[in-house]
Amino acid sequence: MTVIAPRPPVVAGSEGDNSRHGETDAPGRAGRGPSRWLIGAGLLVIVFLQLLPFYVALTTALKERTDLSSQWVFPIADIFFGNFATAIESGNILRAIGNSVIVTVVSTVLVCVLGALAGYPLARRRSVLNTGVSLLNIGLIMIPPLSILVPLYTLLNQMGAVNTYWGVILVMVTAQLPLAIFLYTAFMRSLPISVEEAATMDGASRLQILFRVVFPMLKPVTATVVILTGVAVWNEFALSGYILTAPEMQTIAPAIASFFSVQSNNLPAAAAASLMAVLPVLVAYLFLQKFFIKGLVTGAEK
Amino acid sequence: MATLIAPTLPKRNRPKRNRPNGALKPARGIRSPLGGPGINLLYVPALLLFAVFTIYPLLNGIALSFTNWNGYSLERAGVGFDNYVRLFQDDTFRLVLVNTFIYGIGSTIIQQILGLGLALALDRRMRGLNAARAIIYLPVLVSPVVMGTMYYLLFQYNNGAFNDIVTGLGGEKVAWLANADASIAIIVAVNSLQFVGISMIIYLAGLQSIPQMYYEASTVDGASPVQQFRYISLPLLQPAFATSIVLNLIGGLKLFDVIQVLTGGGPGYATNSVSTLIGVAYFDNQSAGYASGMGVVLFLIIVVFTLALNTLLNRRRLEQQ
Repeated sequence: MTVIAPRPPVVAGSEGDNSRHGETDAPGRAGRGPSRWLIGAGLLVIVFLQLLPFYVALTTALKERTDLSSQWVFPIADIFFGNFATAIESGNILRAIGNSVIVTVVSTVLVCVLGALAGYPLARRRSVLNTGVSLLNIGLIMIPPLSILVPLYTLLNQMGAVNTYWGVILVMVTAQLPLAIFLYTAFMRSLPISVEEAATMDGASRLQILFRVVFPMLKPVTATVVILTGVAVWNEFALSGYILTAPEMQTIAPAIASFFSVQSNNLPAAAAASLMAVLPVLVAYLFLQKFFIKGLVTGAEK
Repeated sequence: MATLIAPTLPKRNRPKRNRPNGALKPARGIRSPLGGPGINLLYVPALLLFAVFTIYPLLNGIALSFTNWNGYSLERAGVGFDNYVRLFQDDTFRLVLVNTFIYGIGSTIIQQILGLGLALALDRRMRGLNAARAIIYLPVLVSPVVMGTMYYLLFQYNNGAFNDIVTGLGGEKVAWLANADASIAIIVAVNSLQFVGISMIIYLAGLQSIPQMYYEASTVDGASPVQQFRYISLPLLQPAFATSIVLNLIGGLKLFDVIQVLTGGGPGYATNSVSTLIGVAYFDNQSAGYASGMGVVLFLIIVVFTLALNTLLNRRRLEQQ
């Protein structure tokens, strides 16, 4: 994955005319002259647009509700933190972040364990049955979550799983598991079977092979699965919005949505709540950028 | 179909592979590193979850779609295909169906153009481009609910950032989200911008997998940059196109979160997608049978689009080889 490989810095002083600088650039890829400036301007516009919602959320969150200055203006002189207090007190945002941590961590661990276990026989024992299971698994990736909203909610209601951690966790795990199984199966197929055969010759039992030989080799694919599942569960709203309606049980996305609809006349507080929801993801992204992009691309390309 | 034939091959090979170890294994009671079919027990927990939380609801949803169940009472009666007939006579549902296709196809087109353009612009060594990549990719990781809330601030009537520009240019304030057409365009734009990073990264990876010597050789032959793009980059990006288009289209067709936050489906029902309307029909209108029918239609739309696209894009890829 070369996309995010660090590039050597361009020598200072060459900005003026560096269209010839990168000799490795394909001539077909890099524009020259005016088109080069046009591309640069286009890029700047997109980068600006991507940052704009975050900037406006910040300026809005840091102003008092009665402050009617433009959203474009950053309140340098009088920064106001009261909106964050409102979000925490009346929006239960800290509680929601805590709920999200619980649901995300437990779901991700379960997805990794169940996914790795399920991937092993699918990778190593080829039979008509297992091909069928693999195909079924791929088919499950396609199912849109809301297409089964009515029967799923009915079932959860009968089980007493509405507004519970275990209910939402089981639904999240089931939704994320097919992709994880797919990734684990593909990865394990690429591992040489000779290692496992050697372990058998050394007298290891089946379970010993699985836990001591195979699982330790799964770190790269597990990193991918952790990021894909973690981000998906942390951000999930479509089903958890219906399953978690009690304020004290809500994870962050449903909490923001209901806080936002209740406080639609108090947008600064909604902005503050949004920023607090983004912060954990942002921090993780800053420190683990390479893993994030690599993980999400691997997941997408499979 | 190759996948259906392949599984028999390893089976035939297995005895051969294990013969050299044969002396040891029977003593241990193990036939191969994997042992017998008992190893399949490892995927039983996963299958149980699928059976309970996906397959049973899917089948039950189909069954419910043939009833007039209201969602809570103990009584329900079979009504045959009435719900489906009603769906396609329902003006709201027809509108919502069109919206769903606009969200799916509109987002896909914007994301391919923008994603490929960004990949081409960013595929070189230059200071600051790593930061640009990271920033463009950032919204992919943010919950669409949060992105929707933030964009709502931008499109506010009073004091919104975009209305500031409009009034600054001497125009009248616009009630962006009270207008159905504008809202649909805004939803498509917000969804496209949020997830354009995925397309960008897929195309960047595709561009960087093209051997540099193709470009060098064609430069020697006097090819222009446009010709190089047309005859080298585009054909070799075929797999990237397939991945990105399928991903964006499915994402757009099941769009839910952004709509819910930005417009709540309104004004009226004008910006609903099938996904958001299912919840309305079930919880607000208490027509669980009808909502189940919508779920079945949504499921079929996604299945048909995915299969059709996969067939189409794979066939094109084969033709080019």
